[in-house]
Amino acid sequence: MRKRQNNIFVGIDWILVLFFIILTFLGWINIYAASVTDASQGVLDFSTLYGKQLQWIGFSTIIIVIIIAIDSKFYERFSGVFYIISMLSLVGLFIFGSTVNGATSWYNLGGSSLQPSEFAKGATILALANYLNEPNRDLSNIKDQFSAFSILLLPAVLITLQPDAGSALIYFALIFVLYREGLPAIYLGLGFSAIALFLLTLYAGFTSSIIIVFSLITLFFVYLLNTKKFQLNREWPKVIVLYVFIGLFLFSVDYVFNNVFEQRHRDRFSIVLGKNVDTKGIGYNTNQSMLTIGSGGLTGKGFLEGDRTQGNFVPEQDTDYIFSTVGEEWGFIGSSAVIIIFIAFILRIIRVAERQKSKFSRVFGYSIATIFFFHFMINIGMVIGLLPTIGIPLPFFSYGGSSLWGFTILLFIFIRLDADRTYEW
Amino acid sequence: MEKKYIAYFSILLVGLIFIARLFFIQVIDSKYKPSPLNNSAIAVKYDYPERGFIYDRNGVLIVANQPSYDIMIVPRDVKTLDTLEFCNLLKIEKDDFIKKYKKARTYSPRLPSVFVAQLSKSDFAYLQEKMYKYKGFYIQKRSLRQYSLNSAANVLGYIGEVNNVLLSKNSYYQQGELIGINGVEKEYEEALRGLKGVKFIQRNRFNKEIGPYKDGIYDTLATVGKDVTITLDIKLQKYAEDLMINKRGGIVALEPATGEILALISSPTYDPNLLVGRERSKNYKKLQADEASKPLYDRSLLAQYPPGSPFKIINALIGLQEQVITPQTHFYCYGGFRYGRSSKAFMKCHCGTNGSAVQLDRGIYKSCNSYFANTYKRIIEKYPTSSEGMKVWSDHVKSFGLGDYLHNDLSTGVKGVVPDEKLYNRMYPNFRWGATTNISNAIGQGEILTTPIQLANITAIVANRGIYFTPHIIKKIDNKPIQMDKFTVPKQTTINPEHFDPVVEGMFHVVENPGGTARWSKVEGIEICGKTGTAENPHGQDHSIFIAFAPKDKPKIAIAVFVENGYWGSRWAGPIATLMIEKYLNGESVRPWEEKRMREGSIQDEYDKQLLMEELEKETE
Repeated sequence: MRKRQNNIFVGIDWILVLFFIILTFLGWINIYAASVTDASQGVLDFSTLYGKQLQWIGFSTIIIVIIIAIDSKFYERFSGVFYIISMLSLVGLFIFGSTVNGATSWYNLGGSSLQPSEFAKGATILALANYLNEPNRDLSNIKDQFSAFSILLLPAVLITLQPDAGSALIYFALIFVLYREGLPAIYLGLGFSAIALFLLTLYAGFTSSIIIVFSLITLFFVYLLNTKKFQLNREWPKVIVLYVFIGLFLFSVDYVFNNVFEQRHRDRFSIVLGKNVDTKGIGYNTNQSMLTIGSGGLTGKGFLEGDRTQGNFVPEQDTDYIFSTVGEEWGFIGSSAVIIIFIAFILRIIRVAERQKSKFSRVFGYSIATIFFFHFMINIGMVIGLLPTIGIPLPFFSYGGSSLWGFTILLFIFIRLDADRTYEW
Repeated sequence: MEKKYIAYFSILLVGLIFIARLFFIQVIDSKYKPSPLNNSAIAVKYDYPERGFIYDRNGVLIVANQPSYDIMIVPRDVKTLDTLEFCNLLKIEKDDFIKKYKKARTYSPRLPSVFVAQLSKSDFAYLQEKMYKYKGFYIQKRSLRQYSLNSAANVLGYIGEVNNVLLSKNSYYQQGELIGINGVEKEYEEALRGLKGVKFIQRNRFNKEIGPYKDGIYDTLATVGKDVTITLDIKLQKYAEDLMINKRGGIVALEPATGEILALISSPTYDPNLLVGRERSKNYKKLQADEASKPLYDRSLLAQYPPGSPFKIINALIGLQEQVITPQTHFYCYGGFRYGRSSKAFMKCHCGTNGSAVQLDRGIYKSCNSYFANTYKRIIEKYPTSSEGMKVWSDHVKSFGLGDYLHNDLSTGVKGVVPDEKLYNRMYPNFRWGATTNISNAIGQGEILTTPIQLANITAIVANRGIYFTPHIIKKIDNKPIQMDKFTVPKQTTINPEHFDPVVEGMFHVVENPGGTARWSKVEGIEICGKTGTAENPHGQDHSIFIAFAPKDKPKIAIAVFVENGYWGSRWAGPIATLMIEKYLNGESVRPWEEKRMREGSIQDEYDKQLLMEELEKETE
C-alpha cells in the first residue's frame, strides 16, 4: 500500500511549475501593456484590467496550494462527481446564465462572472481518464469507442447550444488522446479527410471539388487495378459506396455552409481563404492584428512603446488578441520566443505524461497537452491570420479569471498526479 | 512508442509554421508596416488651404469663402472645469453640455469631435482668449462656401463631407474632410481644393506631443486652391432663372464659336446658400423630399424629352445631304400626311397651307408636318431596305451628338435616345417595318429623346454651319485659359456646309416672316433664327420648346428652351429664348411688357392638375 510522505512538494515537476510562472508573468505584462492608460495608477488598482488579472493570479496560487495538498487519488475517485456537477452547471446556464455577445456562457455572481465551460474541460478529461483507466478497456472495440465518444460529446453538445462552437471544438481535439490510447488510426484519417474535403469545397466550390476529388479517386482505383491488388468485379459495391458517400459529404458541406452557417461564420472562412479582403468591416480584427504584429518588426518597439496597442487599434486585444501585443512590443524575436516557450511547455507535458505508470495519469496528461496545444494553435493561428476567427483564449496569457483558473487547475492536477507517480497504487 | 513521436512531430511542425509566418509578416512583407499616417504614435496635423473662388466669364465673383469656427473636444483630455461658466460662455444649457460630452465620448475618447459648430465671429473673438482655461477643448477654424448671388446652384454644385466609398478609393481624403459633391465643385475639385499641408508630430505613450516627427522631413506645406473661371454669364443666368419662376423646364445657352455654356438653367432651382454649413443636411433632405418639383434634379442635363419640331431641322439637313430633296422640292399638305390605308394612319398638320406648294423654307417656318414626313419617307426609302435607310439616317442624327453623352465637364448627364435599325428590328422581329412605321421620327416625336443641352448643341451646330465644340463650363483655371483638346478642337457633322444656308434661311423666317410660327417673338434690331416646338406629352399638357440663335451671321448665342407643360412653343419657350438673346446681346430688352409677362406668368395650375391626375391614376391602379 502506498505511503504518503508529509512533505507535499516531494516529486513536484519544477520544470512545469517554472513554465507556468513564466507564461503567467509574460501574459500579465502584456495585459498590462494592452490595458494601461495612465501609468500613475498602481498595478494593484482593481478598477483596471491588469489589476484584476493580478488579483486572479494571486487567487490562483491559493488554488494551486489546495490542489497540491489534496491526495492525487481524490481526483480519480471523484472524477464521476466532477463530471456530473460540471454537466449540470452547463445545463443550468440555459436557466440561470447571462448572455454576453450572443452566447449564454456565463454565470453572473455579484460583480464578477464565471464561465463553466472553462471548468468542464477538466471534469471531462478526468472522467475520460477514469473511464480508460479500467483494465479491460479496449478502444478498438465499438462499445468502448461509443462510451468514450459519449463522454466527450455531451459537454460539446451543451456548449455548442450556448452557442459557443469555438469552445466546443476542443472536445473533438481530444480524439487524439483516444488515438494515443488505442483508437484505430482510421478515425483520425477520416477526421482529417473530412476537414480537407470541407476546406476544398469552401475554396473551390461544390462542382469543382467534386470533379477534383472524383478524378483523384478514379486515378487511385486505376492505379490499384494496374497493380492487380484490386478486383473490380468483386469489390465494385465498395467503390460505389465511396463515391456516393463523398458526393453526399461534399453536398452537405456546401449546403451547411450556405444554409446553416450564418453570414459571420461564412465571412470568417472567406477571410482566411483569401476570398474576402474587407479590411474595414468583418476582416477588421484580423487585419488590425496583423498590422500590429507586422509593425513590431524584428526587434519590436519595446515594452509600453507599442503605439498601436496603446491606441487600442486591435479589438479584444487583452483577451483573444493578446498575442498581437507581444508581436508589436517584442517583435519577431519576442513573439517567436513565446512560441518556443509554448511548444517546449507542451512537449514537456507529453514527456511527463509518457513517464506515468498509471493509465489515468497518462490519459490526463495527454488530454491537457491536447487542450493547451489546441488553444495555442487556434488562438495564435487566428491572430496571425492563418485560421478563421474562433474566439478562444491563449492559455495563461489572455485576460480573464475563469480561463486562467481553468488552465491552472488542469496543469496542477497533472503536476500532483505526476508527483505521486512513484507510489504503488 | 511510435505514437508519441507523431505528437512531438505535429507540435513542432505547428511551432515552425507559426514562426515562419511571424518572420514573414514581421520581417519580410512590408505590407504590414504601417505608414506614419496609420501610426498612432504620430499625430498628423493638417493645414487646410483656402478653397479657390469661382468667377463668371466676365470676372464676377460667384463663389467665395467665409470663415467658420467650431469648438472641438477631445474627451480624454478634458479636466475638471467650471461647467457653469463654460456653458454660459458657449450659450448652452448644462443638460446640453452633458449630452454633447457623452456623445463625443461614445464616438471616441481620443479623437476630436465637434462640440459646438459654427460660432459667430464675435463669439469666436471673445472665446479665443478664454479657451486656454478649458483643457481638452480647442477652436478649429474652417472655411465655408459663400454665395453672393442666389443663382446657378445646379451648375456650381456644393461641397460636403467625403463619404466612405470615396474614402476607400482615394487616399488623399480623411474622414470628415470636405469635397465637391456636384457640379463645378466636383468636376474641378482638384484645382479648387489645392493641396493640404501635413505635419507629423511625435507623441509619447501618454499622447503628449513632443516635437516634429523625424525633424519634419515628411512635412509638406499647403498649396492654396486655384481660382476657377467658368463660362457662365451670371447676369444672363440669373435673368433666365427669374423668367422661369413658377415654370418647370431647362434652358441651355451656348456660345457657338467656342461651345462655352453661357447659361444652364434648371427650374425650379434652389438657393445655393441652403447647402452650406450647419443646416446643410436638413435642407438637403427637404429639397430631396420635394418629389413633385424635384429642385435637385438638373433638367437641363438630365431630363429627356422628345425634341418635337426643332428636330425637323435635322431631317431637312439629312434630306439635303442625301439629295432626296433640294431647297426647291415641294410637297402639298391637305391638313396632314396619310401614311397608311386605315383612317387612323394620318398625321395631322396645322400649317394651314391648304394644298399650296410647300418647299423647304415654308416647311420650316410653317413647321409643316407633311413636308417633313415626305422628306423622312424619301430618306429611308432611298435605300433598298428599310434597315439600310434607317442606318444612314441614324448615323447622320448621331453625328449631331445625339444619343450619346456629350463627354463634357458637367458632373452629370444622360445619353438620350436615337433610334436605329437595330431598335426597330427588335421591335418588329419579322422585319416588316418601314418609313411609315416610325413616321413620327420625321417630326421629332417618335422614339427619339434629347436633353436641353443636346438641343442647344444642335442649335449651335446650325449656327456654325456644320461644326461644333463640345459644350463645356470651364473657361480659366488660375486665370490661365484652358487648353483641352476635347473642348477646343471642332467636331464635324456628316452634313456638308452648303446645306445649312437654306435651313438657316428657313429658321430666320420662323421669326421674321409674318407667317412664321414665332412671329410674335420678333425683336427689332436683332436677326434671330429660331424654330418652335410643341412636344406631345402623353402624361399631360404638351411641352413648349424653342431653339434659336442670333445674330444670323456670326452668331454669338445659341439657345434651347424647354418649358414643361407649356402648351406650345411660341407661348412660353419662344419669348423666354428671345428675351435671353436680347439680354445677352444688348444688355436689356426692348420689350419690358414681355419680360413682365414671362416673369409673372405661372404654369403652376397645370402642374397641380397633373399631380392630381397622377394620384388618381395610382388610386385606380
